[in-house]
Amino acid sequence: MALISEGAFVEDSWRRLADEEALPKSGKIIVSLSRLHAALQWLGAGSALGVFVPNTTDPAALVGALPRLSLIAIAFPAFADGRGFSLARLLRRAGFTGELRASGRIVADQYLHAVGCGFDRIEIPDDLAERQGEAQWRAALHARSLSYQRGYGAGGSILEQRRRGAK
Amino acid sequence: MTAHDPVLPSRPNAGGTTYVYDQFDAAFVRERVAEFREQVERRLAGALTEDEFRPFRLMNGLYLQLHAYMLRIAIPYGTLTARQLRQLAYIADQWDQGYGHFTTRQNLQYNWPKLVDVPDILDALADVDMHAIQTSGNCIRNITADHFAGVAADEIEDPRPTAEFLRQWSSAHSEFSFLPRKFKFAVTGAEHDRAAIMVHDIGLRIVKSPAGEIGYQVAVGGGLGRSPFICKVVREFLPRADLLAYLEAIMRTYNRFGRRDNKFKARIKILVHERGLDEIREAVEAEFAAMDRAPFAYDTQEFVRIAAFFAPPSYAKLPARSASLETAKLENRDFADFVSVNVAEHKIDGYAIVTVSLKPIGGIPGDAASHQMRVLADLAEKFGLGELRVSHAQNIILPHVKKDDLFALWRALDTAGLATANAGLVSDIISCPGLDYCSLATARSIPIAQAISRRFADLERQRRIGELGVKISGCVNACGHHHVGAIGILGLEKKGAESYQITLGGDPTFEASIGELLGPGVSAEQVPEVIEHIVEFYLAERQGDERFIDTWRRIGHQRFKELAWREGEDGSDI
Repeated sequence: MALISEGAFVEDSWRRLADEEALPKSGKIIVSLSRLHAALQWLGAGSALGVFVPNTTDPAALVGALPRLSLIAIAFPAFADGRGFSLARLLRRAGFTGELRASGRIVADQYLHAVGCGFDRIEIPDDLAERQGEAQWRAALHARSLSYQRGYGAGGSILEQRRRGAK
Repeated sequence: MTAHDPVLPSRPNAGGTTYVYDQFDAAFVRERVAEFREQVERRLAGALTEDEFRPFRLMNGLYLQLHAYMLRIAIPYGTLTARQLRQLAYIADQWDQGYGHFTTRQNLQYNWPKLVDVPDILDALADVDMHAIQTSGNCIRNITADHFAGVAADEIEDPRPTAEFLRQWSSAHSEFSFLPRKFKFAVTGAEHDRAAIMVHDIGLRIVKSPAGEIGYQVAVGGGLGRSPFICKVVREFLPRADLLAYLEAIMRTYNRFGRRDNKFKARIKILVHERGLDEIREAVEAEFAAMDRAPFAYDTQEFVRIAAFFAPPSYAKLPARSASLETAKLENRDFADFVSVNVAEHKIDGYAIVTVSLKPIGGIPGDAASHQMRVLADLAEKFGLGELRVSHAQNIILPHVKKDDLFALWRALDTAGLATANAGLVSDIISCPGLDYCSLATARSIPIAQAISRRFADLERQRRIGELGVKISGCVNACGHHHVGAIGILGLEKKGAESYQITLGGDPTFEASIGELLGPGVSAEQVPEVIEHIVEFYLAERQGDERFIDTWRRIGHQRFKELAWREGEDGSDI
């Protein structure tokens, strides 16, 4: 997997734990949703916890854990499956301030959509990263300087600029 | 700016009749063109696979059809300026085969563009405040509206400011660009629905509360295709200030819960049907209540800014009755017929709304040649305040013509072969492109429309038959709206041969209904004859000036079925 942050390929400091692996006592660990409860009990104060969730997850199921989560990775099983965008919005609305990761077959052309919905980082499989290298992701981050929607992070909101211009 | 249009700079978009891009709108569209130009290059270089490229080319209006690419241009709320139409003519000549096809969603399609030319075409569109954004793909599509918007006498409010407001909000939406399936809005502000809003994913009807406040009736889950559904009202009255927030709540609910396991069950109509209206309403209202409204705080002011562009143009003060019109009608029978069929009442005294039929007898419904587009642009400037509309019935409307000018306009239209007096009559057929162009089609549509049109060539007879909507689709996807045709025709493929199912009783208005099947399919050759039998039966049964649909409702479908069965015995295998 390749990890993209602010238009650059970066090292991943997190470790995604397979379900059969034992929970370590410390470190930056991503567990699956089914192990979230156990991991919350187990991990000590010095460690950071992340969770990997399907895009069909009910955000209500995570709300209680949000203050103790440092990362949430939302699965993108196919790039045309846009459910992850709405889930990201809902998690941000619920107050999650940690790292939000889109994980799966996201293409560079969707980068700004992802950022607009609250994602910080994109995690893509190696075959995709080979075709769509860093330069394409960097360019994609600047493909749109303007957006019509308010309350979405990507680009400058046209309405806000209009309002400034009108003053 | 084009060589074909040397006087372009002196013809700005007619101010006061439609929206004009500001610097932000213009920059937004240019950025989209630049992005698409790059996507085409990345596709050709292999950075994007065809599967990955597909949704992005679709979101820019580019389909891969049976023989070639097809580019679908958005005509938001069906409003065009003369300058824009002239540019569409230029594009047709420069990069296509000299014509375009107006669709049932107020769009224009070019059937023969080359992939490498498309970015240049999009730039040429941007030159006149136009684009092809979201005319395809699983996103919010071009917003359609009543083609008589702003000029109809039965209007509460012009629906176009609402449609433009939605166009902007839905453009390149970060959250709603990868929906389960396509999503279509239609808006009307009138008492009569000319925009078929009840067969859209969301139909918005501008209404007035008992207190006199303007708001929206929000209906959801309509659609045609293989499982037709009529919209259900999810909110009787939504204040304008809440419009975008509420729509966002609907879109989020759909994006999360709409089916993605089967593309034929992915439209919101299926979600509403399977979960039931109450459950959907509950989910939408809960989401709406939970939302942060701060981003929507300035919506009302923004709406007012947009609405100012649609202020009524400065009409001359004229008497309601035009003496010269009355004289011309008496002196020229063909002109009088044209006026009685293709001219509608305007809300301003002394003005009229003219429908220019793109359905000449035996012609291809909705096709316009570039020279015809130029004639229409010129006539719109000369007689119609520079504005035109595209109707979902695939015709062109000149919305502001002085009654005193009607005769001169008609003569000019007649010279250009654009004066067919059949608006709303049996030969004003809605048809999809069908198997002649479309990769989804299972049968031809255009030749069927042409054959019916020729069968009823006599306009005198057409007027006697009166208002009758014939709609033809070449496959179950129902682009030709056959479900809501008073007479609907659906072309299928049965054992290697084309077979046409006929339905009766469809209605696209507020009284929306889905047509009922008449019987087994018939062959292409038999269709015109069967239609003729149906029409003759109606004429024999009708009372007074009853429309076809009213007679059908009064005497019932069974009577028509019996007729079909009897005819079947005579050998015309219906």
